[in-house]
Amino acid sequence: MEAIKVHYDVPGDDFTRAGEASGMLKRYLKKIGFAPDVIRKVSIAMYEAEINMVIHAHGGEIDGEITPEKISVTLRDQGPGIPDVDLAMQEGYSTAPDNVRSLGFGAGMGLPNIKKYTDEMKIETVLGKGTTVYFSVNAQ
Amino acid sequence: MDLNFHSVTLDKDACKGCITCVSRCPTKAIRVRGGKAKILSELCIDCGECIRVCPHHAKKAVFDPFDQIFQYPYKIALPAPAMYGQFNNLDDVDYVLTALKMAGFDAVFEVSQAAELVSEYTRKLLAEGKLKKPVISSACPVVERLIRVRFPDLCENVLPVHSPMEVAARIAREQARKDAGRPDEEIGVFFISPCPAKVTDARRPISCEKSAVNGVLSIGDVYPRIVGLMNKIEEPEPLSKSGIIGVSWAGSGGESAALFNEKYLAADGIENVITVLEEVEGEKLNDLEFIELNACTGGCVGGVLTVENPYVARTRIQMLRKYLPVSKSHMTDQEAPHMDWEVYLEAAPVMKLSDNLTQAMEMMAKIDQLTETLPGLDCGACGAPTCRALAEDIVRGYAREGECVFLLREQLERLANSFTKQQ
Repeated sequence: MEAIKVHYDVPGDDFTRAGEASGMLKRYLKKIGFAPDVIRKVSIAMYEAEINMVIHAHGGEIDGEITPEKISVTLRDQGPGIPDVDLAMQEGYSTAPDNVRSLGFGAGMGLPNIKKYTDEMKIETVLGKGTTVYFSVNAQ
Repeated sequence: MDLNFHSVTLDKDACKGCITCVSRCPTKAIRVRGGKAKILSELCIDCGECIRVCPHHAKKAVFDPFDQIFQYPYKIALPAPAMYGQFNNLDDVDYVLTALKMAGFDAVFEVSQAAELVSEYTRKLLAEGKLKKPVISSACPVVERLIRVRFPDLCENVLPVHSPMEVAARIAREQARKDAGRPDEEIGVFFISPCPAKVTDARRPISCEKSAVNGVLSIGDVYPRIVGLMNKIEEPEPLSKSGIIGVSWAGSGGESAALFNEKYLAADGIENVITVLEEVEGEKLNDLEFIELNACTGGCVGGVLTVENPYVARTRIQMLRKYLPVSKSHMTDQEAPHMDWEVYLEAAPVMKLSDNLTQAMEMMAKIDQLTETLPGLDCGACGAPTCRALAEDIVRGYAREGECVFLLREQLERLANSFTKQQ
């Protein structure tokens, strides 16, 4: 069968809604009946990426592709881009502003967690243009 | 055991087929079919929300009639701690317990006494560190059932300890056998409950094969029978064996406070419970040791079988517990064997579309497609709580296309237009 496609717009001007899209995809995957472990990985990875998108890039768009074999998620933003991807991938490295640190974000675990919980991860970033984060989790 | 048993019935004559219960049901387990509300049994978690919200009082809680106690030669009452919050100016629990004996019971065993044992045992288990954190309370039967159907991967986090009701029933039964010398079949153990979920829990327990409770009475039903008797008591029998900890279980936060550990969260009200469970599932509350969840607002005092407003009841309990010792009951070797679950909580993923992933995906694609064609008003006129729920019902084969009144109206308009053009 064809892959199911899902799309979410992530508004950048309302921080209180950050994480909503991840919750929606999670409920969707649960309904289909994917294994809890698969859903857990996808939702943690997507949550991290979605929060990043709101904190650093003023929101963006998320496209998901679901097949019985794997779940792939692409997050596109038009933010400032990441100057040094290798540095950003290091655990504990963060450029999050103070106002979100007080909410418990900015531990520098976002990108490392995406890598940890997914089977494939790619980052394409252009300074001043934006960043695309792609990841997939195998379902079987 | 009747797997379809639920502690709510419908008074068909009173049901107007409105959609109040349909839209308020937290597991979307109700549909209006043929003009009457119908419960989808496998989805119902016995929360009693439909009983609470029905404007026509067509939803009735199921519980045992009081006279059923007289079927047993030796009758034991197990009053829930929430019961103590129902009486005005009550300053001593012994009045309630003495009045229960005057009303026909041979013995009373407070559920708050068992609650103190459950608290002590929970503290011990938490200290041993073998439980999966955060540990979720297993006292509210609705929460257990909600986790089974909607949060299957959290089953392992649920405290594998019997509820205070079950512990009380087991100990009381054993005492009746040993101390009063009664054979098991002569002993009738009756829980006096704030909520109908406990009726289901006693008849269809999920933590053991068979509950030690023989019947479940309603606080609201017992209240008028004992309130008059209480006034006649000159000197109550000194029966109570519970302190602040046990009595405080009546309200949300009582169970948590008894753990002497500040790393806890206590939430009440079914919608709040669902929000918290979503957070636990998203691993956002991993720093917590314990999570207490009560389906009713305010905790057990908010159950639909109570007579008093939950906030008033909670305040009364605060006043009542004022000069009580912290705890009156402590665990000995005698009680220890009654605490652990015999059957572990197993997931019942009834919400998933199909066991076959490809088939489930095909169904999901159809549901998405159908949802797009529906107006998205979630008006409930079709009998389903949301447009998406109707789409799902259609794909599952429970409902037909064409149940949506808005689509029907569009079709009629098109038909009418084509007639006018022809003329």
